[in-house]
Amino acid sequence: MREIIVHELTQATQELVREFARFLPRLMVMLIVVLVGWMIAFLVKAILRSFLRLIKFDKLSEGAGASQLLSKAALPSSTELVSRFAFWTAWLGFILVGVSALGILGMQEYVTRFFVFLPRLLVALIFLFIGLLAASFFSRAALLWAVNTDMPSPRLLSSAARVLITVFTASAVFEELGLADSTMLFAFAIVMGAVMLGLAIAFGLGGQDLAKRFLEARFAPEKKEGKEREDELSPL
Amino acid sequence: MAEESILTDEFLRQLIDVGEADVLVGVPTYNNAATVGHVVQTIRAGLLKYFPRERAVIVNADGGSRDETANLVRGASINDLQHSTDLNALRTLHSISAEYAGGPATGTALRTILASAELLRVSACAVVSPESTTIGPEWIERLLRPVYQGNFDFVTPLYRRHKFDGLLMRNLVYPMTRAFYGRRVREPYASEFSFSGSLASHFLAQDIWVHEVGHTGTEIALTMSAITGGFRLAQSFLGVKPHLDARSADLVAAMRQTVGALFWSLEPNFSLWSSIRDSQPVPTVGGEQEVTLEPLRVNRKRLFDMFRSGVAELEPVLKSILSPPTLAELQRIATLAEEDDFCYGDELWARTVYEFAASYHKAVISRDHIIQALAPLYRGRAFTFLVENREASGEQVEQNVENFCLTCERLKASLLELWNGKK
Repeated sequence: MREIIVHELTQATQELVREFARFLPRLMVMLIVVLVGWMIAFLVKAILRSFLRLIKFDKLSEGAGASQLLSKAALPSSTELVSRFAFWTAWLGFILVGVSALGILGMQEYVTRFFVFLPRLLVALIFLFIGLLAASFFSRAALLWAVNTDMPSPRLLSSAARVLITVFTASAVFEELGLADSTMLFAFAIVMGAVMLGLAIAFGLGGQDLAKRFLEARFAPEKKEGKEREDELSPL
Repeated sequence: MAEESILTDEFLRQLIDVGEADVLVGVPTYNNAATVGHVVQTIRAGLLKYFPRERAVIVNADGGSRDETANLVRGASINDLQHSTDLNALRTLHSISAEYAGGPATGTALRTILASAELLRVSACAVVSPESTTIGPEWIERLLRPVYQGNFDFVTPLYRRHKFDGLLMRNLVYPMTRAFYGRRVREPYASEFSFSGSLASHFLAQDIWVHEVGHTGTEIALTMSAITGGFRLAQSFLGVKPHLDARSADLVAAMRQTVGALFWSLEPNFSLWSSIRDSQPVPTVGGEQEVTLEPLRVNRKRLFDMFRSGVAELEPVLKSILSPPTLAELQRIATLAEEDDFCYGDELWARTVYEFAASYHKAVISRDHIIQALAPLYRGRAFTFLVENREASGEQVEQNVENFCLTCERLKASLLELWNGKK
C-alpha cells in the first residue's frame, strides 16, 4: 500500500515536472515576446511623439478644440495622449501574442478578435479627430459669417453647426466601433430630427425677419440697393 | 517662354498674328458689358492720341463672360474713332480678345496679360479696369509714358477721391504697406497700373502664381514684388476714381484681396521688411492725391453696431489672436456709448493690426478666419475715422492719414517682437 502511494506520488511529481518542463519554453517565449513588444512599443511611442511634435499636432488639436477638452479633464496633451495610446495598443497586442504562445485554450479567439478590432479602433479615432476639427472649423466659420453679415444670434448659429457635426461624428465613430448600432442610429435620427424641427420652427416663427432678409438678399438683391449697401462707401 | 503654357491656343494664335509691339494695354474682364465698351474706346483714343508712332495692342483677357463683354470689346472698332475724331494711327493698333482657361480670376487674367506682354516684347504695359467709367484718354498717357520713356518700371495711380472713399486703403492697406516695405505707395492695390517689359518677366518668374494671391489679391502682390525687387517706382495722377468699385463692395472679400495678400507677403520677405525702419516717398507724375468733400450719406451707426456686436460675439476667436491687454482695451471701448467717448485710436488700431499680422504668421487659427475676424474691428476704426474727419478739410484728412502712418512706423518694432515670440 505504502509503495503504491509513493509510486503514485513519484509519478505525479514526475508528470508535473515534465509538464512544467514542457510549459517553461512557452513561458520563456511569452516573456521574450512581451519584453521585445515593450521595447518595440516604446520605440513606436518615441517615434510617434517626435513625428507629432514635428507636425505640430498639439496646435492642430487646439484648433479642433480637443486640447481644451483634454485640459478640462486634466489629461496630458494630445501628442502625449496619442503616443501613450499607441504604446499601450502595441504592447497589449504583443502581450496577447505572448499569452497565445502559452497555448491556453480559447485564448487564440480573443487574440484574433483584438487584432480584427484594432484597425476599426484606429479608423474610429481618426474619424473622431477629423470630426472635432471640422466641428471647430465650421462653427467658427459660421460665427464669422454671421457676424460679418450682421445676422442675429451668431453664437447660436455657430453652436448649432458644432452640435450637428459633433453628433454626426459621434454616430460615425460608434458605427465604426460596432457599438450599439441600432441604438446609435435611432439616437442620431432623433437628435437630427429634433434639431431640424427646432431650426424649422425657429426659422419659420422666431426668425421671420431673418428668413425674409435672407430670401431677399438671395433672390431679390436689388431691393437692398441704395438702402443699406456696405456703408455706401468703397473700402478700397 | 514657359509662360506660353498658360495662354490658350486661340490667345497664342492672336498674339502671334500681332508679332511684336511697343506698348500694350491689358483689360481683364468678366461680365463687364455695362462699362467695357466705353473703357476700350477710351483706351483706343488714348493710344491713337498719345502713342500714334508706336506699335500698340489692346489685350482683353476674359474670364468667360456670359454677357456681351467679348463682343463689345471686339466691336469697339478703330474706324468708329477715326470717323468721329481726327485720330490716326501711324503704326499698327491691334485689339485682341480671348478667354483664358480656369474660370474667372483676376490673377489668371493678369498673368495672361503679363505673358502676352512678354511674348510681344513690349516696352511698356498698362492694366486698366473695365469698370473705370471715369477714364479719359489721358489716363493711358499718364500710365504708359513714365514707363515707355524708360524712367520707371512700375507706376501706380493717384486719384481724386472723396475723403471717405477707400477707408480700408487709408486706414490699413496704405499705412501698413508703407510701414512694412518703406515706400509710400498710396494705391498699392490698384485697378490701374503700368510696368515695364522687364518687370513683366520678373513678375512672371515669381512664385506668387502657385499661391492664393496668384488668384485673388494679385494686384497688391505685384506691387510688393516691384518694391521688394528694388524696381523704380512712380505714382501718376489719373483723375477721379469711380465711386463704387464692384470688386470691393463686399468688405470681407476686399480684406481677403488686400490684407490677406499683404500679410501673406510678410512671410517670404521677412529679411527685407524686418530691417526697414522708416519710409521713403515715391516720385509722382502729374500731381498729388486729391481729396473731395461733397456731402455723402454714410450709415455710421451700422458700422458702430457691427463693431460692438463683433467684439462681443467673436470673443473666443479674438482671444486666440489678440494679446490680453489689446483685447481688454477693445472690449472696454466697445461698451462706450456711440456719440460720447468712443475712439478706436491710431495706436490701438496699429497694435491690433500688428497682432493680427503676427497671428496670421503663426497661423493660430485658419488664416482666412483671421482675416475675417479683422473685418468687424475695421468697422470700428472706420467709424472713428468718419467721426474724427466729419468736418475736416482735405488737408486735415491727409494729415490725419499721415499721422497714422507715422504711428504704424513707430510701432513696427512691436510686430518684430511678436513675430518670433511664443504668444
